[in-house]
Amino acid sequence: MKEFGYSLSPSSRVDLDKVDKSKQNRLFALEPGFKKCMSCGSCSATCSAGNYTDVSLRRAISYIQNGQDQLAVNMLRNCMLCGKCLIICPRGINTRNLIRNILNVYGEKQI
Amino acid sequence: MNREILIIGGGPAGLECANSLISLGYKVFIVEKSAEPGGHLRKWDRLFPYGASASETLEKLLQQSNKALFFYETEVKSIKKSDGVFIATLSDETQLHVGSIVVATGFSLFPAAKKEEYGYGIYNGVITNADLEDAFKTGKKEFFKANRVGFVHCVGSRDEKVCNRHCSKVCCVTAVKQACEFKDLNPEAEVYCFYMDLRMFGRGYEDLYLKAQNKYGIRFIRGRVSEVAEDVDGCLVLKAEDTLTSRPLKVTLDLLVLMSGISKNPDNDEIALMLGIDTDEDGFLSLCEPNLNNNKTQVEGVFLTGSVTGPKTLPETLNEARAAALAVHKYLSR
Repeated sequence: MKEFGYSLSPSSRVDLDKVDKSKQNRLFALEPGFKKCMSCGSCSATCSAGNYTDVSLRRAISYIQNGQDQLAVNMLRNCMLCGKCLIICPRGINTRNLIRNILNVYGEKQI
Repeated sequence: MNREILIIGGGPAGLECANSLISLGYKVFIVEKSAEPGGHLRKWDRLFPYGASASETLEKLLQQSNKALFFYETEVKSIKKSDGVFIATLSDETQLHVGSIVVATGFSLFPAAKKEEYGYGIYNGVITNADLEDAFKTGKKEFFKANRVGFVHCVGSRDEKVCNRHCSKVCCVTAVKQACEFKDLNPEAEVYCFYMDLRMFGRGYEDLYLKAQNKYGIRFIRGRVSEVAEDVDGCLVLKAEDTLTSRPLKVTLDLLVLMSGISKNPDNDEIALMLGIDTDEDGFLSLCEPNLNNNKTQVEGVFLTGSVTGPKTLPETLNEARAAALAVHKYLSR
């Protein structure tokens, strides 16, 4: 086939029709606090790892909701599970348990 | 001393002001444009944040105010003031001589069809908050079969292009309330709310928001909906940005509810001219001391109450109505 030097960029648009609801429901059962997030950003502001690597629990939650699981998993791999976000969260979400379970449900390796 | 008062508008503000004035011993005339009292409250099913019945609430407001003299399907045509007495001529040529006038003409709901990009009046699956409330009230079941539902906040609010720069204030919590009620009727439904800011300022509102997330699993997406189109199956395809992850977003829905905001009453300019008072840039009537007094105008003996001076919740409106009655009483006892 002749190459003309053109290519198609993959769409970065979020498609909510394609979100895997069964995985999400599994995560909700393991950590019901997930649903309570109001995206205030306290967790990301206090995150020690976030100063040096691309990790933000606030964004990871949005990624999961949008079906961009891999982005969330890649990001949360940088988490050191120090638990500072758990102390700061105004909605009292067990963020440490949430991070562990996001990695368990969506990642290949169990932690 | 003239102990007769004219209230223009028979909605919650007018009715509650009449209630207070009647208890203070005044004779009250209420001039109402439509055929029934109650204004927008009559069309609503349940009230935020606790889900109280709108019709029972209206019933309570009407219990006392039935001592007022109502003029239905009537408007005020002209008002003259001489020797401290207002002479109001109504559209049925009745002349009323009153000591004071309270303007309680309320708001009008933003006509959602003006935001053509959302497809109200074009696509069958696009309805407004008022349509949904009517469906709750009348038990119109076809809406509740929808399994994918979106709520669009700020339709005709915070939007200079439709001449409504202001925030309508009550739509955020109304959307959350309606989303929860929808889930009660169809627990299988996926429900999304598209918002710019969630303004949960009142007592019990934040609790309702938390319940919407926690109990009902409603998804809140920060981003204003840009456009809605219909696909070949007749479903609605909605576009927005998820501004929290900075990605454009698309979702297919069966039902879309537009949260029509609070617009000024279109009669405001005419009313203001008739009474010799002003409207502000936003089209609502002006108060001369907005920080100190929510009722006082620059014309002695003319008072304002309720959403004629801007978007308000029902309890705020009722408080203002009682304050207006007291202001009238103070003015007439001077």
